[in-house]
Amino acid sequence: MTDSKYFTTTKKGEIFELKAELNSDKKEKKKEAVKKVIASMTVGKDVSALFPDVVNCMQTDNLELKKLVYLYLMNYAKSQPDMAIMAVNTFVKDCEDPNPLIRALAVRTMGCIRVDKITEYLCEPLRKCLKDEDPYVRKTAAVCVAKLHDINAQLVEDQGFLDTLKDLISDSNPMVVANAVAALSEIAESHPNSNLLDLNPQSINKLLTALNECTEWGQIFILDCLANYTPRDDRESQSICERVTPRLSHANSAVVLSAVKVLMKFMEMLPKDLDYYGTLLKKLAPPLVTLLSAEPELQYVALRNINLIVQKRPEILKHEMKVFFVKYNDPIYVKLEKLDIMIRLASQANIAQVLAELKEYATEVDVDFVRKAVRAIGRCAIKVEQSAERCVSTLLDLIQTKVNYVVQEAIVVIKDIFRKYPNKYESVIATLCENLDSLDEPEARAAMIWIVGEYAERIDNADELLESFLEGFHDESTQVQLQLLTAIVKLFLKKPTETQELVQQVLSLATQDSDNPDLRDRGYIYWRLLSTDPVAAKEVVLAEKPLISEETDLIEPTLLDELICHIGTLASVYHKPPSAFVEGSRGVQHKRLPARAGSGESTESPDVGQSVGGADAPPAVIPSQGDLLGDLLNLDLAPPATTVPAVPASMQMGAMDLLGGGLDSLMGDESETHNIHQRMESPSPQSLSEYSHPELGGDIGGSPAIGAGMGAPPAVMPASLNAAVGGGLGDLFDLGGGVGMPTGAFIPPKTLWLPAMKAKGLEISGTFARRSGVLQMDLSLTNKALSVMSDFAIQFNRNSFGLAPAGPLQVLTPLTPNQTIDVALPLSTVGPIMKMEPLTNLQVAVKNNIDVFYFSCQYPISILFVEDGKMDRQVFLATWKDIPNDNEAQFQIKDCHLNSDAATNKLQSSNIFTIAKRTVDGQDMLYQSIKLTNGIWILAELRVQAGSPNYVLSVKCRASEVSQFVYQCYELVLKN
Amino acid sequence: MIGGLFIYNHKGEVLISRVYRDDIGRNAVDAFRVNVIHARQQVRSPVTNIARTSFFHVKRSNIWLAAVTKQNVNAAMVFEFLYKMCDVMTAYFGKISEENIKNNFVLIYELLDEILDFGYPQNSETGALKTFITQQGIKSQTKEEQSQITSQVTGQIGWRREGIKYRRNELFLDVLESVNLLMSPQGQVLSAHVSGRVVMKSYLSGMPECKFGMNDKIVIDKQGKGDATVSIAIDDCTFHQCVRLSKFDSERSISFIPPDGEYELMRYRTTKDIILPFRVIPLVREVGRTKLEVKVVIKSNFKPSLLAQKIEVRIPTPLNTSGVQVICMKGKAKYKASENAIVWKIKRMAGMKESQISAEIELLPTNDKKKWARPPISMNFEVPFAPSGLKVRYLKVFEPKLNYSDHDVIKWVRYIGRSGIYETRC
Repeated sequence: MTDSKYFTTTKKGEIFELKAELNSDKKEKKKEAVKKVIASMTVGKDVSALFPDVVNCMQTDNLELKKLVYLYLMNYAKSQPDMAIMAVNTFVKDCEDPNPLIRALAVRTMGCIRVDKITEYLCEPLRKCLKDEDPYVRKTAAVCVAKLHDINAQLVEDQGFLDTLKDLISDSNPMVVANAVAALSEIAESHPNSNLLDLNPQSINKLLTALNECTEWGQIFILDCLANYTPRDDRESQSICERVTPRLSHANSAVVLSAVKVLMKFMEMLPKDLDYYGTLLKKLAPPLVTLLSAEPELQYVALRNINLIVQKRPEILKHEMKVFFVKYNDPIYVKLEKLDIMIRLASQANIAQVLAELKEYATEVDVDFVRKAVRAIGRCAIKVEQSAERCVSTLLDLIQTKVNYVVQEAIVVIKDIFRKYPNKYESVIATLCENLDSLDEPEARAAMIWIVGEYAERIDNADELLESFLEGFHDESTQVQLQLLTAIVKLFLKKPTETQELVQQVLSLATQDSDNPDLRDRGYIYWRLLSTDPVAAKEVVLAEKPLISEETDLIEPTLLDELICHIGTLASVYHKPPSAFVEGSRGVQHKRLPARAGSGESTESPDVGQSVGGADAPPAVIPSQGDLLGDLLNLDLAPPATTVPAVPASMQMGAMDLLGGGLDSLMGDESETHNIHQRMESPSPQSLSEYSHPELGGDIGGSPAIGAGMGAPPAVMPASLNAAVGGGLGDLFDLGGGVGMPTGAFIPPKTLWLPAMKAKGLEISGTFARRSGVLQMDLSLTNKALSVMSDFAIQFNRNSFGLAPAGPLQVLTPLTPNQTIDVALPLSTVGPIMKMEPLTNLQVAVKNNIDVFYFSCQYPISILFVEDGKMDRQVFLATWKDIPNDNEAQFQIKDCHLNSDAATNKLQSSNIFTIAKRTVDGQDMLYQSIKLTNGIWILAELRVQAGSPNYVLSVKCRASEVSQFVYQCYELVLKN
Repeated sequence: MIGGLFIYNHKGEVLISRVYRDDIGRNAVDAFRVNVIHARQQVRSPVTNIARTSFFHVKRSNIWLAAVTKQNVNAAMVFEFLYKMCDVMTAYFGKISEENIKNNFVLIYELLDEILDFGYPQNSETGALKTFITQQGIKSQTKEEQSQITSQVTGQIGWRREGIKYRRNELFLDVLESVNLLMSPQGQVLSAHVSGRVVMKSYLSGMPECKFGMNDKIVIDKQGKGDATVSIAIDDCTFHQCVRLSKFDSERSISFIPPDGEYELMRYRTTKDIILPFRVIPLVREVGRTKLEVKVVIKSNFKPSLLAQKIEVRIPTPLNTSGVQVICMKGKAKYKASENAIVWKIKRMAGMKESQISAEIELLPTNDKKKWARPPISMNFEVPFAPSGLKVRYLKVFEPKLNYSDHDVIKWVRYIGRSGIYETRC
């Protein structure tokens, strides 16, 4: 037993010697020589020159020697096709051998020799072997069909091997069945439409029977094949599930995971109220947890899959948080995956435990892991509001450790926390600023700059801080440069007097000295905005930011569903569809989850009709749409020279021009500016990751948001901007035009509420808005008197819906003569109530250091429409019937040229939710629900006749007084 | 499916290379060596994708086993197969080492040819394989023997051959448990679980039908007899492929025809009512910047008549430790600089006792800003009972064709509880 000696021969002339030995008469010597050849082959030496000599050793009774020669043949036959023919006779003879092991060996090896001439000879022996009396030969022949198909698919079809293979599915021996299934599945993958694996209830039954009897590997083949079947109904689906669940107790993790795949897929079809559905959910958790006690590599595969399962069906593992706690000795890849799942499972119930763990992890050694742990703390804060405070203080503790990468990571997540909970934790800014110098990673620098820019008004030395970054502007990464540009512009808009020089400097750095098109474009846009219409600039740059969503790094739903169909496979490990990493046609078919049976059954009622089946879908699509937009924008912005035109002459303005015009108009009137503003409202909640990835600096609303804004017809661009920016930039905006993104909730333009004449020089105009669920009164206060105004305060009279200021009127600096200040006053609806006439009348008192002034205004009822106003379909029907017909009011909406889908989108962004749609004779009937802040429901039916600009609106509400206002609101929303 | 299988030594030299699929070229062998074995960083994933080729690897001592594919294979299956491959090799020639692999490379090629066909794993039970992959040649076999081999390799009971005879029918059951604990410094159990295995050595004649019973709460509650308090709740269990899973699923009874010799009958996991054999109470005090005082008390928590063995407590020390003084009441304690830990060993300890160690750790002053991470104190031990509370109730053997009955079988049961990852944070 000292075969290792074969590895050590390295002298010259070796091949020659081997040749002699191979042709020796002594059997032992021959065998030794072949072993040497194989050893050389293994270490990568080319021994193909010995081909004829090795093949000569093939005719032997010694099985060990025969196997070695076969091994050699498999390796070199391809390079010596003519010589390989010499071996054919022996193969054919061996296929007739009385010993089944030799028959199988011959057919197995022949299939591995990829030489056309040999494959021709393979057909007859293979046909015989497929019908061999011995199951060992049959199971080997079954796999050989797949081999042959890989070499010559046409030949396999012509020879009818596929039919024979199909017959083997009914073989009496379970292992033959399993191999036949494996071979057929593989062949079917390269013929997507061939219906090769003709799965029907009978064949499924056979497979399920074989499942109980075959080897662990066979069980995997069968389960993977079963997963491709789509049961006819929920009953069949349940009965298959019942027969697959016992596999969850198998010792082989792959069997367990494949069984989980089948169950996860077929579960889709079971009605959720079925008892069995609940039982099945319960049965899935323990085996998944058990997978975590397997070897680390398998744990990794299991964790990647659990990550998918948790996203698809969070209820399965929601109580199993503890098993994902990281162990000190876990390999790093297991640790990172566990951490990911911990965050996904974090909820109010377990957040204390999770945080304690995360804090522990943040002191570990592995840098990646520590970073991820810190990031996880931030994600917990965003996910579980109750924990935000604790998370922030934990992060501050971590910042105190002064460990460089911990600090940087903490700052990145604190930025996200600021986004999620504005005006809550800004007290920590000072601590953050202390660490400015230690930040050397772009992401952390960018985050810090964002914070400084965003809260410039509260940081006394914001200008110094930003200036310090500016020194090395050209050495910074793009991310930081973009962020710095935006932050300084923000700072300028907030403190225009002190920062003129700074903003000039950054604009010229970004536009004239930079060759990065993204940066230059943004620089020019700001420049133009500031120079032509600074108020618009303010509206754009300091616009309300869209909410960031709680869940991050979620896999896009359609991809998730596809990956669920691939549980256990590489796709589930990479979290990518097979087409992303598999070459050629194999596995490129997209798998899909079956539709739940009876999803149409809930619409029995004749009123709503059958066409509403997919009404639940839209919310799920939003993330992908956001991605798409992001991509589009990136795409558009990327090619440098083509879209960025030569700078128009008007752009080459000096600093004087900028500041002169800029400052003046900053104080000037704001006609026209609301247009921009309203379009900046982005209705889609951006996910965190998306937000931080493409453009941290995208404070113009993040690049997707600007896309949303530009989605409106380009004609409404403020004329000045449009003209000045000229062709190239115009193109850029046009691009957005095609993207059918729902625009934000409609906000009426500001109207003059209190003329200066009546209020000793104070002029107030304003409007109302609802921004991501928050009611706001937008006020513009202008001082038209000669003296400074200060000490502003506001109060409302009692009103119909209990509107009241939710905070003080934030006019921080005194209003100097001719200055205008824009204030957004948050409103609540918990104030005292008195019915007003008209219903939406609001009486306001504003006080300043001079006097108290009174005025009244009307608010659009749409600001009272809450976000959760989507009524359940069944409830809608019942309610509609329940409200007496006397309460129904009908209105005509004329001259509206939207189709029903566009109308739906528009209305949805104002929280008018379309629950169902029915089409009768070309007339679309939209059934819609609205909920007011005081809990009153309004139901509406909107009839849209294709081709006719007139809509018919029927409104039903228990409080019929609101109908008139709802109609007005429809008019406003649809026509703007 | 698996496109190829390579075995490397620690230097990245190929010891075995077997390619099953045409899409895997020779360059794949080098790609793995360059990108994984010779990679400068620590391995970040057991699955690596290099140029659209996926590599799965496991490591046994300093030998790398890598499976290669270009398709969307069942990843769990590939790893299970690699482990199985290791088991088979160990069963044939013992420890997996460079020396052994080189000495047996012909055998390994023969095995690889048999258990992996076109990348599809085939029967890989050593019991069956050993009947026909012997390195002896099979010329001497009679026709009956041959068909017996093939029917066993492909048969329903692929793990056992017919015609086994013992003069004395005997079986051994080992209940091996590893108890895992993570405890907070304050003594709060953060997580605890037992993962157990029932290992059986069977020396039984013929094709015996066995039935195994334990104090599974579900079974005992169902039968309605016996004391429910001695039953245990099993969170989950998995079985060797010989166990009829559908029967377990429907009746929760464990019935099987066992393989001959040693094998693992089942694995299970429990989390409720675990007996934690030891409690570790740490006390770490930083005295200034250059000194640490550590006191650790361990308490044994089981019947006084039982003895725990091979107790070892490992107390981590900071990297800048310059000297350690240890005083312990029992056993021996030593500071091991190379492992950055104080290792305290006690040979035996009875139940309901306690012992203590105190140490003074001198530290070198450093200007390293980063705080010492304080790894948890870990413990090893062995106790002669099952911390989960599992009891074997019966193991019945029936062999209708041969003339021995359940009573004639000599049965042995042994319980061993060991520490898994048994850690207390400090």
